[in-house]
Amino acid sequence: MNTEAPHSEKRPALPAEFGSLPKAPTGIDGLDEVTEGGLPRGRPTLICGPAGCGKTLLGLEFLVRGITEHGENGVFVAFEETREDLIANVESLGFDLAQLEADGQLAIDHVSIEPTEIEQSGEWDLEGLFIRLGASIDAVGADRVVIDTIENLFGAFPDKATLRAELRRLFRWLKDRGVTAIITGERGDGSLTRHGIEEYVSDCVIVLDHRVSEETSTRRLRILKYRGSLHGTNEYPFLIHRGGITVVPITSLGIEHDVSGERLSMGVARLDEMLGGRGVLRGSSILVSGTAGTGKSTIAAQFCDAACRRGERALYFAFEESEAQIVRNMASVGMDLGQWVEQGLLKFTCVRPSLAGLEAHLSSMQALVAEFNPSVVVIDPISDLLTAGASRDVSAMLTRQVDFLKVRGVTALFTSLDQHLQLEEANHQIAALIDVWLLVATQKANGERNRSLSVLKARGMAHSNQIREFLLTERGIEIAGIHRFEEVLTGSARIAQEEAHRRGNGGPAEASPGPAPELVAGVPRAGGAQ
Amino acid sequence: MVDTALERLEAALAKLESERYELTLFVSGASASSERAIRNAKAVCDLHLGGRHDLRIVDVNQEPDLIRGSRVLATPTLVKEIPAPERMLVGDLSDRERVLLALDVRVVEKPSAEAA
Repeated sequence: MNTEAPHSEKRPALPAEFGSLPKAPTGIDGLDEVTEGGLPRGRPTLICGPAGCGKTLLGLEFLVRGITEHGENGVFVAFEETREDLIANVESLGFDLAQLEADGQLAIDHVSIEPTEIEQSGEWDLEGLFIRLGASIDAVGADRVVIDTIENLFGAFPDKATLRAELRRLFRWLKDRGVTAIITGERGDGSLTRHGIEEYVSDCVIVLDHRVSEETSTRRLRILKYRGSLHGTNEYPFLIHRGGITVVPITSLGIEHDVSGERLSMGVARLDEMLGGRGVLRGSSILVSGTAGTGKSTIAAQFCDAACRRGERALYFAFEESEAQIVRNMASVGMDLGQWVEQGLLKFTCVRPSLAGLEAHLSSMQALVAEFNPSVVVIDPISDLLTAGASRDVSAMLTRQVDFLKVRGVTALFTSLDQHLQLEEANHQIAALIDVWLLVATQKANGERNRSLSVLKARGMAHSNQIREFLLTERGIEIAGIHRFEEVLTGSARIAQEEAHRRGNGGPAEASPGPAPELVAGVPRAGGAQ
Repeated sequence: MVDTALERLEAALAKLESERYELTLFVSGASASSERAIRNAKAVCDLHLGGRHDLRIVDVNQEPDLIRGSRVLATPTLVKEIPAPERMLVGDLSDRERVLLALDVRVVEKPSAEAA
């Protein structure tokens, strides 16, 4: 299955003055976008960060993608992990290092260096490392080299001055050999690397970080320096998931995906009417927001039900209710979701987002989408994901998620609980990614609470500006006709008006199915927005 | 008690004295430090190991495969493979005391020097 985002190949052309610097594409999802094409070709790049931030994996993926996608063989020099550990660690990501080795495309040179075993007496140099590196490069005809991690050498060799001089020579030597190299280093206190190696690497420095905030761990990547090249300067969240690393470049959100003109029904005839008469565009993102108990989940379920009726697959991520609960609740409004589950058209994934990190969450969601291949996806509610991480991270992650779904042509519906006032900011950022925004609210009048629905925004289509009452009935969602008085009449006031209309002395006629007549263009918003 | 402990120590020392040493010296070509290392290694072997040794000299430029199979990064490096534990001694071996210490040779030399 092709999980590569097609837009990653269609990068905007660089200005001419930057075009001269050759780059080696890493093949790592998102990284080539933020580096404007990859790492400096034929030069060393320093990647530093604390233990467990993903340095080794980034290096390995750089080599594996180089071999599989760019025909460039690689050498991995490991001072920390053994060959067997490395192979086992990335097996779950789908990288078969042993096979690449057997095919003569990859050489792994593990050198275990125990500081206690090495004594020093007199002058020395690192010629041994150069020779073994050179032999490995020659053995596979390597264009790419990863050395992981240089910090171990400082632990092993007591003579730091000689080591520094030798590392400087190593970086020059790598450049002379013309290999694109990644050297990893550990983050030090107050300096980028513990031993200040960054001074020797002048071309490209990338910093990885692994932070826990609000009990959610997020990995981030930042390009500190990239001589002679444009690059993104932000901190980008990145994920480690079943397909490897994905950097989340929110600023280069792919907006080049193919767009569809096909329309999908929301499963409620009158709602489709409100959306230009034909429902939403396939591949669009829909946000249903509103306060508690306004029927957001029911709209989401109806949307899935409609997809299944068309014979399409629907994937429902439920963060608050179990599958059984949802199926039972929807049965009470006349929706039989159980049949779709049985037929394999509908799949529920019910988890509490706080149990796993947001990062883990989104990556598993992406994996499920790739596996189940649904045409519609529901995330109910997205506000629960927002509680799983700091809002800035969340919006970056969600951007990626929306992007991921769009690229695959999946129509996504997110529900959002609007009572979370602190989420407003995040919501606004998400709103920019949303194509159709439905607002549901309860209106309080005449001693009743009645539900109302309006279309806040619908990109690329004519849509109704009406606030409509919607009802949860035994036959699912129904959107009531419009009765205008001073404002939209709901509940008993509407029924009274309907009665009056039937008796032949009412106000304007009930809106009939068909293109929605803009009867209520002048209706004050205040009635709906609570 | 004391006697047996002493006897045991003497037996151990005797065993050490008769133990064979397998050493490999990795050098790179004709660099000055490599030449010094070869000279110093040979001197240590002749003076302190008295023929109980097997010293192999590897020029990593000539035999890169040998270094790839080892854990050596620096040159010159003297590796003591036998007796265990394996030790690595980096440098031109100009500090004789350190070399003997690293090779566990001094322990053998000291008592016999006192006995003489």
